[in-house]
Amino acid sequence: MAESVVFEFTEAEKAEIQKHVAKYPDRKSAVMPALWIAQEKFGWLSPEAMELVASTLDMPYAQVYGVASFYTMYFKKKVPKYLFDICTCFTCGECGGDQIFKHAQNSLQVDENGHSADGKFWIRQAECLAACDTGPVMQIANRRIVHNLTPAKFDQTVDMLRRDQMPAFEPVAPKYDQASPAAKAAPEPEKVQETPPPAPEVISDSSEEE
Amino acid sequence: MENWRNYTKVLIPDIPNLNQIDVYQKNGGYEQLKEVLTSGKWNPKSVTDEVKAANIRGRGGAGFNAGLKWSFMPPKVEGLPRYLACNGDESEPGTFKDRRIFMFNPHLFIEGATIACYAMQMDAAYVYMRGEFADWIDKFQEAVDQAYAKGMLGKNIMGSGFDLDIFVHKGGGAYICGEETSLMESLEGKRPYPRSKPPFPAQFGLWGKPTTINNIETLANVPLVIKNGAKWWSSIGAPAHPGPVLYGLSGHINRPGVYEYPTGMKITDMIYEVGGGMRNNKKLKAVSPGGSSCPLLTAEMVHGGLTMDADSLRTVGSVMGTSGLCVLDEDTDMVKFSYRIAKFYDHESCGQCTPCREGTGWFVKILRKFVENRGETKDLDLLLELCDTMEGRTVCALADATAWPIRSALIHFRSEFEARIVSKASFATA
Ligand SMILES: Cc1cc2nc3c(=O)[nH]c(=O)nc-3n(C[C@H](O)[C@H](O)[C@H](O)COP(=O)(O)O)c2cc1C
Ligand code: SF4
Ligand code: FES
Repeated sequence: MAESVVFEFTEAEKAEIQKHVAKYPDRKSAVMPALWIAQEKFGWLSPEAMELVASTLDMPYAQVYGVASFYTMYFKKKVPKYLFDICTCFTCGECGGDQIFKHAQNSLQVDENGHSADGKFWIRQAECLAACDTGPVMQIANRRIVHNLTPAKFDQTVDMLRRDQMPAFEPVAPKYDQASPAAKAAPEPEKVQETPPPAPEVISDSSEEE
Repeated sequence: MENWRNYTKVLIPDIPNLNQIDVYQKNGGYEQLKEVLTSGKWNPKSVTDEVKAANIRGRGGAGFNAGLKWSFMPPKVEGLPRYLACNGDESEPGTFKDRRIFMFNPHLFIEGATIACYAMQMDAAYVYMRGEFADWIDKFQEAVDQAYAKGMLGKNIMGSGFDLDIFVHKGGGAYICGEETSLMESLEGKRPYPRSKPPFPAQFGLWGKPTTINNIETLANVPLVIKNGAKWWSSIGAPAHPGPVLYGLSGHINRPGVYEYPTGMKITDMIYEVGGGMRNNKKLKAVSPGGSSCPLLTAEMVHGGLTMDADSLRTVGSVMGTSGLCVLDEDTDMVKFSYRIAKFYDHESCGQCTPCREGTGWFVKILRKFVENRGETKDLDLLLELCDTMEGRTVCALADATAWPIRSALIHFRSEFEARIVSKASFATA
């Protein structure tokens, strides 16, 4: 029997929302923080959850929906526990992000929605996550960024999450951040050779944003 | 720029735990705020004038003089609130510098934002951070809490009578929210469609009130200007586009990262010295100088001595953007690269304007044909026509930001596109 969910905020959650309301001159401006709290609580933003946010902030449901539906990080469908936002954008795409995405598709045996066979994971291609220097990267469940991904590091991360262990925060210490300028002069200008056209690529658009 | 090798970092100096307020204060932090608020030497106008004289050209992409922007604020009217919006959306592909400030020197930014609010007599500052910064949002909030605890924020700061609140707002994952008016709509709790301008934010900004918006790095420079003077600050780097800058280096190089150096760095120095050279000793093919919106540079241009400042990049039709350099080697497939850029903008277009909503989709469709070696000769003209219909015809600059890199790829790497056109023979019979 399906568990019935009660769509109410606890007193603590209400107080948390009030704290956000107090930041803005207009109550409705707290809609994004309130949606974050609702998504944290219910796992995704069902119509009932959005209705609750609307009534809590005295605003029309349509406006709440209009906001929630705009952003990729708000889930408008029930989703598996761990989302992997794998960056295949700009830099990551050129630095192995596509291969990581393919690896994830295969190793998790995802369906056309990007959901893993065991129902615990969900993958999609992410746009730039502002960590291009450590690309390829991915973000787990709207939270942790995993840097310098390799297929092996991806698999290790999956293993940890199977045991519900979130990988630790990687501060990405600025270890390279200031080059001790190695006296390596720039080479003479050279003509770049034309690269021959690569083999045609079949683009799979599955498991992207709806 | 010969002496860049002796440059001493001021935005992200190598001081451990600088994100802790005690460490920051021990190293002279919040002294500039104290001087501005309590020494009696400064008033709002003189702070604005000093910042204007320094010529901090906005680090968010557009490169507009920050102090000049501040001076557009209308005179303060008692009882009418006014706001500072701090743009930490950092979603431009290839850009990852503001995160370094949030992580390693958040108090420099807080101090700068507070001085800016004093100069413009603001009632509150809102820091908009992209939702994907979840971990850094928590860390930055800690820094804000520390500043409140030490009386650097809140009521009657340092006994000066000046009050200020700084609020952190978490985004939901949408590139468009980095556009200034979209950011304001998002903060207000609306669907974040960019507004048509005019009216400009100084007249009609957050909640319809006078507002100024600046990038995080722009504001982090403010205490440095106050500390050492506009003259000192503007003597760093390229004269017409001065100052310290956080360069992002990513792509096919040995040492990607965030590097602080003066503006006007030679791109070859950035790649071969700072960045440790090309990965696997490959040859350079192209550089995107400042985020995905910038027109691309060819290896010839880069080796011709281009420097990272507006004037130098303008000579080849490009811009400094967010100074995040993406370096691409000879193996890069420029067709696929362009396709991925188009896909990004197609995903991120808010859909409000027809040329942008339809145009980004068409770019994806047509470029995909080339990726799959199904391009047709007429498509190349069609792509350029699309660029024409998108530039300068929309509510915000996202449409231009799509057209610029793609146009530059079509011009500079045309042969790669031509090589992906279905062979003439099969085309003729088709
Ligand atoms: C589509 C689009 C996205 C933008 N994204 C950002 C961003 O993520 N961060 C940022 O600081 N500025 C961004 N901007 C620029 C802002 O609109 C604005 O010019 C900037 O925040 C002003 O600050 P500055 O003058 O200090 O640079 C974007 C602009 C456009 C058109
Ligand atoms: S140009 Fe594009 S992103 Fe900007 S307002 Fe128009 S449709 Fe939206
Ligand atoms: S392109 Fe992947 S983090 Fe920027």
